[in-house]
This record gives sequence, C-alpha cells and structure tokens, in this order.
Amino acid sequence: MTATISPLSEVTRSDAALRTFLHGLPGVDRVGADARAAGLGTRSIKTTAKAWAIDLAIRMVDLTTLEGADTPGKVRALCAKARQPDPGDPTCPPVAAICVYPSMVPTAAAALRGSGIHLASVATAFPSGQAPLKVKLDDTRAAVAAGADEIDMVISRGAFLAGRYLEVFEEIVAIKEACGSAHLKVILETGELVTYDNVRRASWLAMLAGGDFIKTSTGKVAPAATLPVTLIMLEAVRDFLDTTGRKVGVKPAGGIRTTKDAIKYLVMVNEIAGDGWLDPDWFRFGASTLLNDLLMQRTKLATGHYSGPDYFTLD
Amino acid sequence: MPAKKKESADSVASATRVTAGGVATAPRLAVRKTYKLFIGGAFPRSESGRTYVVADSKGQFVANAAQASRKDARDAVLAARAAFGKWSGATAYNKGQVIYRIAEMLEGRRDEFTALEVPAAEVDEAIDRLVWYAGWTDKLAQVVGGANPVAGPYFNLSSPEPSGVVAVVAPSAPTLLGLVSVVAPAIATGNTVIVITDAPRVAITLAEVLATSDVPGGVVNILTGSAAEVAPWLASHSDVNGLDLTGLADAKLALELEQAAAETLKRVRRPAAAPDWSADPGLAPMTAYLETKTVWHPKGL
Repeated sequence: MTATISPLSEVTRSDAALRTFLHGLPGVDRVGADARAAGLGTRSIKTTAKAWAIDLAIRMVDLTTLEGADTPGKVRALCAKARQPDPGDPTCPPVAAICVYPSMVPTAAAALRGSGIHLASVATAFPSGQAPLKVKLDDTRAAVAAGADEIDMVISRGAFLAGRYLEVFEEIVAIKEACGSAHLKVILETGELVTYDNVRRASWLAMLAGGDFIKTSTGKVAPAATLPVTLIMLEAVRDFLDTTGRKVGVKPAGGIRTTKDAIKYLVMVNEIAGDGWLDPDWFRFGASTLLNDLLMQRTKLATGHYSGPDYFTLD
Repeated sequence: MPAKKKESADSVASATRVTAGGVATAPRLAVRKTYKLFIGGAFPRSESGRTYVVADSKGQFVANAAQASRKDARDAVLAARAAFGKWSGATAYNKGQVIYRIAEMLEGRRDEFTALEVPAAEVDEAIDRLVWYAGWTDKLAQVVGGANPVAGPYFNLSSPEPSGVVAVVAPSAPTLLGLVSVVAPAIATGNTVIVITDAPRVAITLAEVLATSDVPGGVVNILTGSAAEVAPWLASHSDVNGLDLTGLADAKLALELEQAAAETLKRVRRPAAAPDWSADPGLAPMTAYLETKTVWHPKGL
C-alpha cells in the first residue's frame, strides 16, 4: 500500500484522525480562487506558443465516449481518430488515451494494439458510484483483465458528504489494489461536492489513498470541470509533492470544448503546479468535442484561413 | 467626449428640460448613439475594440461605429452556422411571414431612415422588395424544383435546398435598398447571412428592425467596416458556403475573393455588370444559393 507515507502515516489510522487532518487543511478563499483563475484565463498565447500549446493539448486528450448508445463500431472509429486525429496532416500527434465503458474495453484494446495510446476504462459503478464495494471491485478487475491500463473510478460522494472519510479512503485503497499495474484516476465529481473546501479535502483524500491522478468530474453532472476547481486540485498536487515526494496527475473532464479553454488550463498548470505537469503523463483533458476544435485551430495556424467542422469527423 | 462642445440651436431647444411648474432647467446631455455590430441577435462592440468616425453627406461628424475585425467575422460565422438548422428547417410559409414582418416593421420606422438621408422613395422600394421576397418563399420550390419524368417506375422529385452560411458584401449605394436587395433573397431561401457594409448607420438601424421582426438571432449578422479587411477571411473560411460580391465595386478585390472562395468550393455570385438596384431583380439572387436535391422513390403498381 503506497498511501501510508511516513509524515502522513498517522492521519489514516482512524476516521477521527483523518477527519482532523482533512478539516485542518487551510480553507479555500472562494473569491480569491475565482479571481486567480479568471486572471490566468486572460493570458494571451499566440503564434508559435499557440501552435506548441495546441499540439500539447492534443497529446493530452483522453478521447472519451461514455454513452449508453456506444457501439463497437463507434469505439473503433474513435480509436482510429485517436491514432491519427487529422488524416490530412501526418505531423498531427496522436491523443493520450481512449476512455470508454468496461464493456467496450476489448473492442478498444484490439483497435489500439501497437499504437502506444493508453486505454482508460471507467469503473466502480460509474457515474454514481452507488453500488456495493464487491461490485465495484469486480467491475475494476474485469476492466483491467480486458486490457485497460488506466482505471477512472468515482468516489462515493454520499459517504464523503456524510463525513465517512475513512470509508471513502479504504474504498480507494481497495480499488487501487484491484487495479494492479493499471493507473488509477480518482474522479471527485466536484459538481456534487458543493464547496471548494470539500474539493481540497477530497483531493488530499484521494492522493493519500494512492490515486495516480485526480480527476474533476464524470461529465454527467453540471457543472463539470471549471477553472477554479482545477486550480485548487493543481495546488493540492503541488503541495502533495512537496510534502510526500510523490507526484500525482490532474485531469479536468467535461465542459472543455474550445481551444481557448484548453489553453487557459495549460496556462494554469504552468503557473500553479509548474511545468513539470505540462506532460501527458501528468495532465490530461477528458473530452470528446474538444479534439475537433483543437484540430480546426491547428489547421487555421497551418493554412492561414479559418477551418470548419465539415472537414473533420463527427465523434 | 465633446461635453462642452457648443450644441446646435435645434438640439439645445429640444433638449431643454421644462419641469411641471413651467420652470426651465439646465439643458440635458445629448444621448449619442454608437453604432455597434449585429451578431447572433445581439449588438456587441467589435472584439478588436476599434471604432471609426461616420460623417454625413456634408462631411460633419455624426457618430462612431464599430469597425469589425476578423475575429468578429469568425464569431458571426459561428452565430450564422448555429442559426442555420432552425431557419432552414422553418416552413416556407413561416419564412414568408417573418420577412413580411420585416417589411411591416420597416414601414413603422421609415422616419428613422429618412432622418439618415435615405430618400423616402428608396424606403418605399425597400419595403416593397421585402414584401416581394416574402411572397416568393413558398413559391420558389414549384418554379425551380419539380417532378422529373424518368424511364422507370419511379417518382423523381427535385427540390431546392439552401446552401448554408452566405457572406455578402453590401453595395455602398443605395444604402437601404442595396442592403435589403442582397439580404432578403438569401434568407428567403433559408440561408443565413453575414453582411459586410460600409454604411453603418443605415445597416445597424435595419438591424434594429430585424431584431424586432421575429428574425431568429444569427440569421442575419451585420459587420460594419472595411470589406477589404474582413471579406478575405470570410471568402477563405471553410464554414462559409456562399459569397455574394454583387455589391462590391472593387474589381481587383472581387477577383481575389473569388480565388480564395474557390479553395473551398463556395457558390459565388458576381454579375458581370453592377445591377440596377431599382429594377426587377428576377430569380437569380434567390437561386444563387440553392442546391437541388433529387429524390427517387419507387412507384406502387
């Protein structure tokens, strides 16, 4: 178990100790966080810096399809797009990963073989997380056995909001164990956590329990990812690295649709966490429509004229 | 701000406030209008923050107008594209009603246009032209579409469909009739338009008419400023389907725009000679941005 890191090993001994620790974290200045995020969003990124940012953002995309109507054909089409997002331009990099439901993992694994693109699967009764632990563990093991090398789990928001922090902690620890060598991304579903203080607490809780990534949202709840929430999570991973020496990634997901938004996030990553996180191994975008906008902007920079959605595949 | 500038006699007279007791107070400040753009049913300033001075026919300052940039053009394309689905899907009868409504509203606001030095006869012509196009919306399909005889047991039907987003360079003169003559045919056939004009006062006053005429936001978008600056971005934009250069007098620029439009296979309209705007326009302005869909359907025996 990687969670019990020496300076913090005491805090997960009991529910009371964990609560004392989490409630002892500094409170978040809501107005300040909103203002800081808005201020960072006004930076102007142009020309070569923009081209670099767009290619980096494409390499950071977790191309996602999480619909009840997903079919093997749609997943295969998405995998083809992941390998070569812009068929008209071989210099366009592939995306970081494909993110699908567990039932689609075998199809995606076959379609991605040999490409180096990661395969993420949501698990643990996504998106609500309201299922017995045994079901969640089986869900996770099945996804890993089918070929997923990244697992996106949801925390039990019900237990978290009720104050049963140790229960949430132990659940994440158990899921991490079930993942084996697969990377674990912990979805906090910040839209349901109500306050920024809760976002900070949930971030620390997920990192203490061994999560490799903390992810904002499932994409099924509004509001999904926002700049201030991501800012708080970036602060948390930065502070966690300082405290424990372990680096954790961040993944905003849901609601990021335009290149402009994506670049705002990248500016924030650089300013808050540092450029060590400006890498697909440490920062990802969970998105589906974002990729087309990135490709259109990329084409605009390359050709000098505005591109249109008719020239790119529908998802 | 010219706050201390000496006001002309009539504006002071009309601006002097008289209280209920009949005691005259200080003249109120004139409320001057800045003419903004018309994008997606709203009146935003230019994203670039630029404005330019508009003079009347005697060269006197009358207003500031927003000077559109390429980003405004891009925003207008997004608005026009977003509006296209609903407007092109509206029934022909409904489109006719909406365009007739523009004519009604223009009739009610004719004084605003004559105050902008538009001749009364031209306002009449513009209103009549709108009514004429309103009448065409549900008749054009019978004229340019139809049932085709084929050698087999099939119904074969051709029906005209709108192209999509059309970029239009409005003529410099006549301001109102020219503007109406290039916008009305494109929207009557179900397209959405982005107009570039250098007559901001008339164009934005017409936008105020459109905004109160049940024309859905984004169906007509108006960019005021320089066609030479903005039009090339629209001509080369991959999400624009048509380009109307009827009102563009600059032949060299028109040629460049045609060449840029060819890259993305736009439908371009550029008559050999500048039209007589008062003459019967015929069907050409409407058919320029239509595409024919032909459907084969097996015939029951």
